[in-house]
Amino acid sequence: MKVAVASGKGGTGKTTVATSLALMWGECTFLDCDVEGPNAHLLLHPEIERSAQVTVPVPRLHEEDCSYCGACADFCRSHALAVVPGKWMIFDQLCHACGGCSLVCPTRAIYEVDRRIGEVRFGHAGPIRFVQGELDAGEAHPIPVIEDVLKEAGDQGDVIIDSPPGTNCSMIAAAEAADVVLLVTEPTPFGLHDLTLAVEALKVINRPAAILVNRADWGAGEVHEYAAREGIPVVLEIPHLLVVAEGYARSRPLVESAPEFRQDLLGLRAALARTIQERAA
Amino acid sequence: MKICVTASSEGLQAPMDSRFARAPFMVFIDSETGDAETIANAATSAGHGAGTQAAQTVTRLGAEVLLTAHCGPRAFEVLAAAGVKVFGVEGVTVSEAVDAWKAGKLEQLENSDAAAGWAG
Ligand code: SF4
Ligand code: SF4
Repeated sequence: MKVAVASGKGGTGKTTVATSLALMWGECTFLDCDVEGPNAHLLLHPEIERSAQVTVPVPRLHEEDCSYCGACADFCRSHALAVVPGKWMIFDQLCHACGGCSLVCPTRAIYEVDRRIGEVRFGHAGPIRFVQGELDAGEAHPIPVIEDVLKEAGDQGDVIIDSPPGTNCSMIAAAEAADVVLLVTEPTPFGLHDLTLAVEALKVINRPAAILVNRADWGAGEVHEYAAREGIPVVLEIPHLLVVAEGYARSRPLVESAPEFRQDLLGLRAALARTIQERAA
Repeated sequence: MKICVTASSEGLQAPMDSRFARAPFMVFIDSETGDAETIANAATSAGHGAGTQAAQTVTRLGAEVLLTAHCGPRAFEVLAAAGVKVFGVEGVTVSEAVDAWKAGKLEQLENSDAAAGWAG
C-alpha cells in the first residue's frame, strides 16, 4: 500500500503524522517529498548512505551559429530566454527544461547542459528505507526533484510519502503516486478551506482520501460534517498535545513523546487499507 | 528617438504606472514628431517571466529610452544588453514624464531596485 500524507497548508502536523505512521509501520519506504522544506529526517534520524544530484537540461548557445532572429525567445512560454540585437540571454531559474527552444532554432544554435537544482538522499532509519529530496535554495521548480524521489516508490512494498504542503502540482504529483491520501487538517476556518481545496483536487485525479484531524480538541464538528457530506472517512483525531510540540522541538517523534497513540497509528494503517478497498468495491 | 513610458491607461494624457512589467499599457512616443502609440502589455499575466517579456517588447518596438519607476533585475539585464536607458519617474502623466526627460530632469537608473523574486 502506498500512502501520501498531505495537508492543504503547512504547519498542520503532516510530517509529525507521516513519520510516526512510518515508525509504527516497521518495514516500509519513507519518501520525503516536501522538497522545499524537508524535515522528516529530524524525526526519523536516518543514517544517510549516499546522495544523488537532480539536474535539468538548460539551453546554451553556440554564438557563431546564432542569427539573433528571436524565434527561440518567442517560443519560450516561461520567458526564460531574451534575444536582443547581438545578445542571447538565458535565465536558468525561469526555464522549465521543455527543450522547445533548441527544436525551434532554425540554425540549431542551441545545445543543452545539465544544471543542478537539488539532490536526493538515500539512507535507512531502522527497518525504514529513507529517501529525501531537497530543492536547492533559490530554485523555482520543485517537480523534477519530487519526481526523482517518487521513482523510489517501486512496485512492491509499502510506501509512506510526506507530500509537499498545499494544493498545487507538487502535492498532486505526490498524491498520484499513492493509493490513498491521508489529509491532515486542523479544525479552523482556514484549515477547513484548505481541506476543501485538497479534496477537490483529489477528486480530479481520482485518489481516495481519508482525514486525520490534528488538534481535534479545538472542536472538530465542522470537519466531521464536511467529511460526511463528501463521504470521506475521518480515520483519526489527535488532540493538541504540548508533549508532542515539545517533542518535535527536541526532534522526538509523536510515538515517543505520546506513546498512547501507538495503538491508534496501528489502527490508522488498517483504516487506510479499508479506505482503498471501499473505493475499489 | 522612441521613448517608452509605462502607463495605467492609453495615450499621452494617461497617468503613469510605476511598475515596469506589471503596467497594463506601454506608450511609445516619437520624441521628434510627438506621435504616440499605446500597446497593451502582454506580460502582465506572464508570472515570473514578465520582466524578460516586457523588456523584449520594449526593444523590439525600437525604444531607446524607458521611463518607469520600478524595474526588476532580469528586465534590467535585458534592457541593458539592448542598450535601452532606463530613467526613473512616477506620479505624473505620460506626456509630463516625456517633458521631464527632454528637459534632462530625470535620473538614469543604473540598477534594478527590485529583488529577484519580484517579477517587475
Ligand atoms: S532561434 Fe536560434 S538563431 Fe534564432 S535567436 Fe534563438 S538561438 Fe539564435
Ligand atoms: S527549454 Fe523550454 S523553458 Fe527552457 S528556455 Fe528553452 S523553451 Fe524556454
